[in-house]
Amino acid sequence: MSVETLFALTACVLVGIGLYGLIAQPHPLRKLIAFNVMGSGVFVLFGALAKRGAAAGLAADPVPQALLITAIVVAFAATAVTVALMLRLIEITDSASLAEPPAKD
Amino acid sequence: MITTVASGAVVALLLWLALWTVVARDAFLAVAGFVVYGLLLALVWVRLAGIDVALTEAAIGGGLTGALLLGAVGRLRRTEGETAAEGAGAGTRALAAVLAMGVTAALVLAVLMLPEPAPTLAPLVVPNMPATGVGNPITSVLLAFRALDTLLEAVVLVIALIGVWSFAGDRVWGGRPGPRYQADPDGILPYLARVLPPLGIVIGIYLFWAGADHPGGKFQAATILAAMWMLVQMAGLGDAPRTDHRGLRAGIVVGPLAFIAVGALGLWTAGSFLGYPEGWAKPLILVIEVALLPTLVLVLALLMNGPPSRGGAR
Repeated sequence: MSVETLFALTACVLVGIGLYGLIAQPHPLRKLIAFNVMGSGVFVLFGALAKRGAAAGLAADPVPQALLITAIVVAFAATAVTVALMLRLIEITDSASLAEPPAKD
Repeated sequence: MITTVASGAVVALLLWLALWTVVARDAFLAVAGFVVYGLLLALVWVRLAGIDVALTEAAIGGGLTGALLLGAVGRLRRTEGETAAEGAGAGTRALAAVLAMGVTAALVLAVLMLPEPAPTLAPLVVPNMPATGVGNPITSVLLAFRALDTLLEAVVLVIALIGVWSFAGDRVWGGRPGPRYQADPDGILPYLARVLPPLGIVIGIYLFWAGADHPGGKFQAATILAAMWMLVQMAGLGDAPRTDHRGLRAGIVVGPLAFIAVGALGLWTAGSFLGYPEGWAKPLILVIEVALLPTLVLVLALLMNGPPSRGGAR
């Protein structure tokens, strides 16, 4: 199996693992980590496609690779916003729970 | 043969770490796993011939994101027990597992049915690279062929920072972000914070400059410079800046503004937004990169710092 196929298939599993964690873990921080794992799976899959596009003397297609650099930076920014949102939630409600608050009569 | 075995080992470790971050009992363990996972991903990028991506992944994906999550874990500790009781039931977990496996199976099917030969833009990039005067194909994509993406990314970063700042309470708006770090002045942290920044600044500027023709570039450079600044802050040698400081705010927006100005200049000189007139590509790219560097360093570091938390309006 070629290196790009191996990593493309790995990426598919990473997306699945991340998706599972996103649903199954109750704590928002754990959901955030799982979401990052899922995102990295998408990145690796895209990177494997870039490697498949090796041509014209380049070892990989530079266009998806450039987009990947952009994507990694934007993913970090989104993670930072989420962390700030989470800490603010705890500051205000003193709880990290995402469950529906009990209905008030 | 050896490379296949090495790739297999990397894949096995990667999947194990991914599982670990998702099922680990403790959030701290999950974050620790995620940091190692990020570094391992950098190895994957090397195997996939993306040295530039590997540098970004190691610096931002593993390094900055890891540090950010570690900081959050410390402050979220006490809420962990509380949500543990809300854990998904066995039924939900089984459904989640089925859904995850379904998505994975669909993706695997898509990978196995990829078209041959693979579509690629490399034959379009290579012959047009001399026109940009840049030797690194990734840099020429980022700042010439797909410059609009990079412009929007710089804008997204600034918006993300505004988003983080807006989580501040009214009373601390404009104040300094994060805690004022205290460290033992004779300890190892202040020592490292004095020894490492000069080296880090040289390496950062080298990566920035080398990015034109070799792997590297402004994102990787900005991350190293931002990390050095964080180190100085965490060692208690310098405080985070006030977020209502005019110079700071000017530094944050200078990159996108210069980028837009160069783009608008293209409308007039080259007939399209972000077009470069012939022979002027390299100098204009350099103007954009130099203007983006302070923006990236400030935004990355301030995103790590978080919303203003003390010393409100003056």
